[in-house]
Amino acid sequence: MTKRGSISRARAWGIRVAAVILSLIVCAIVIVVITKQNPIQVYAGIIDGAVGTKRRLWVTIRETIFLLIVAIGLTPAFKMKFWNIGAEGQILMGGAVSAALMIYLGKTLPNSVLLILIFVLSALAGMIWGLIPAYFKATYNTNETLFTLMLNYVAMQIVTFCIVYWENPPGSNTVGVINASNQGGWIPPLFGTYGMCVILVTAVTVFIAIYMKSSKQGYEIAVVGESQNTARYAGINVKKVIIRTMMLSGAICGFAGALIVSGSSHTISTGTAGGRGFTAIIVAWMSQFNPVIMVVVSLFLAFMQQGAIQIASQFGLNENASDIITGIILFFLIGCEFFVNYKVELIGKHKEA
Amino acid sequence: MELIITFIQKAIGQGIAILFGATGEIITEKSGNLNLGIPGIMYMGGIAGLIGAFFYERNNPAPSPAVGAAIAVLCTLLASALGGLIYSVLTITLRANQNVVGLALTTFGTGFGNFFGGSISKLAGGVGQISVMTTASAFQAKIPGLSNIPVIGSVIFSYGFLTYSAVIIAVLAALFINHTHKGLNLRAVGESPATADAAGINVSAYKYVATVSGAAIAGMGGLYFVMEYLGGTWTNNGFGDRGWLAIALVILALWNPLSAIWGSIVFGGLYIIYIYIPGLTRATQELCKVLPYIVTIIVLVVTSTRNKEEKQPPASLGTSYFREER
Repeated sequence: MTKRGSISRARAWGIRVAAVILSLIVCAIVIVVITKQNPIQVYAGIIDGAVGTKRRLWVTIRETIFLLIVAIGLTPAFKMKFWNIGAEGQILMGGAVSAALMIYLGKTLPNSVLLILIFVLSALAGMIWGLIPAYFKATYNTNETLFTLMLNYVAMQIVTFCIVYWENPPGSNTVGVINASNQGGWIPPLFGTYGMCVILVTAVTVFIAIYMKSSKQGYEIAVVGESQNTARYAGINVKKVIIRTMMLSGAICGFAGALIVSGSSHTISTGTAGGRGFTAIIVAWMSQFNPVIMVVVSLFLAFMQQGAIQIASQFGLNENASDIITGIILFFLIGCEFFVNYKVELIGKHKEA
Repeated sequence: MELIITFIQKAIGQGIAILFGATGEIITEKSGNLNLGIPGIMYMGGIAGLIGAFFYERNNPAPSPAVGAAIAVLCTLLASALGGLIYSVLTITLRANQNVVGLALTTFGTGFGNFFGGSISKLAGGVGQISVMTTASAFQAKIPGLSNIPVIGSVIFSYGFLTYSAVIIAVLAALFINHTHKGLNLRAVGESPATADAAGINVSAYKYVATVSGAAIAGMGGLYFVMEYLGGTWTNNGFGDRGWLAIALVILALWNPLSAIWGSIVFGGLYIIYIYIPGLTRATQELCKVLPYIVTIIVLVVTSTRNKEEKQPPASLGTSYFREER
């Protein structure tokens, strides 16, 4: 087993495609064992579930862009090797703020003003949620993985508190659709249900891609991520970079929360983040922070999830099946990176000194 | 008095599942592996035990509680060890990033638990909720005689056998880590794998064994929850965030299983204290549930500012070891 010096792009992608195909085969076996259907039908069902109708297609697109924007938000932090496991919490805080604005100002402010307010304030909420662990990491080197993880649940309880506070109808323990009558604070549809969201996510994606690649700050992030000592030697203020980057990362995740709440669900629940904060980490990491690959990976995962949900509901099974499918695909994608980076040689054939 | 006794009982009831998870995670982290898959593994362990008992009771007209319990424990150990094995293969052999693998495992495990928990009785051709009363009775059986002593009996002797196992396993784990030769090796692997490797310790083997056995122990927490706490049934996401609390408890206990024992009771108490504080509305009760996490964050920050060496996480925590990259 030796580390590869370099690998041609074609071969690297060959390995990844092989892993995807293997994962699809394993998923098919799992589904076939559970539903006792023939595998071709199962895959036809998945495709039908993901893109079969116009509505399903839009749902798949929606899931893709929501996953994408969180992954994009995490990119600066992870590039800096700051393990921001707290996207769930940052999304929830952003979502809670947008829900609050919709509830309290939805009937008084004109929609355009309200939407701008929602975007700015929810990004601010996410930013604060990212700033807290970043400050302690930069000052005391507090473990950020565990800190951000704990903050997720603090956010979760705050949202649960808000839900009980805002619940409608009383006693239901849910907030219900906010402003269903005048659609105050809803992101208006464009070309289709979620067209506006697609444009917003694309804009953020392009911005971060340029920011990471061509700006001075993006370069500083990369240097801090590679080696903090090098960064210090080069005169980069590491503390400042860590705090600034996490503020940016948190702000985008908070904005993602606003998109989810005012762009799609029009309500808030503890499931608003729905594990996207965790899945997005894997998406960002697998894509090696390349935005184009992130789009592809997000689309693939969203496609399979929606497909699996369809299959599950066809057979009256619950929709957690999609988590199993996601898990299996991720294991293969994670595992295949080893074969991209290392060459396996049988012992015996190749003797090392 | 009555109230305090119930509170302690309830706190312990909440704490034990977390204690199993924390003990398992401490052993895992001592080898330098930060297994964020523990919450998923606990789901897998819980549902596997339940499924095992379910099929035993279904195919047996007169099921015996003891056999059912043995089958459940065995299934739990196997399933959670399998979860640990997936994590180990990906992080140790295939050298993937630990956080990424752990989170994927949690997604998978939680889905696995909720999917089979919600569907297994349907898949097996039955209707309604999965329920294994007979087996659960073995898990819920109190110690005869001793549990009837007033006060002491209810506080100390009124639990099922898994509760006592959790404490015993935590004590054994502490003894193993701090007072045996192998435990010393394990700590060496977690602190500095390169040094351990140079001293002739098989780093990969230690990491594998610690992670897989840690996962098996953590899985028992899931079994405890479905059997002793819920009485042999499943509610989707009922296990909630206890898996993450287990990881939080590792921090609170400063990587020492003995402290995890009292820590788990403190966490259990904080988790349910909202019931006992008078004058809370339903909304403010929810805010009270934030306490365990706030306490953990405070501990995390304080330990990082103090910089005491024996109270830090294992030095190599979260990083994979490549012999060639020294």
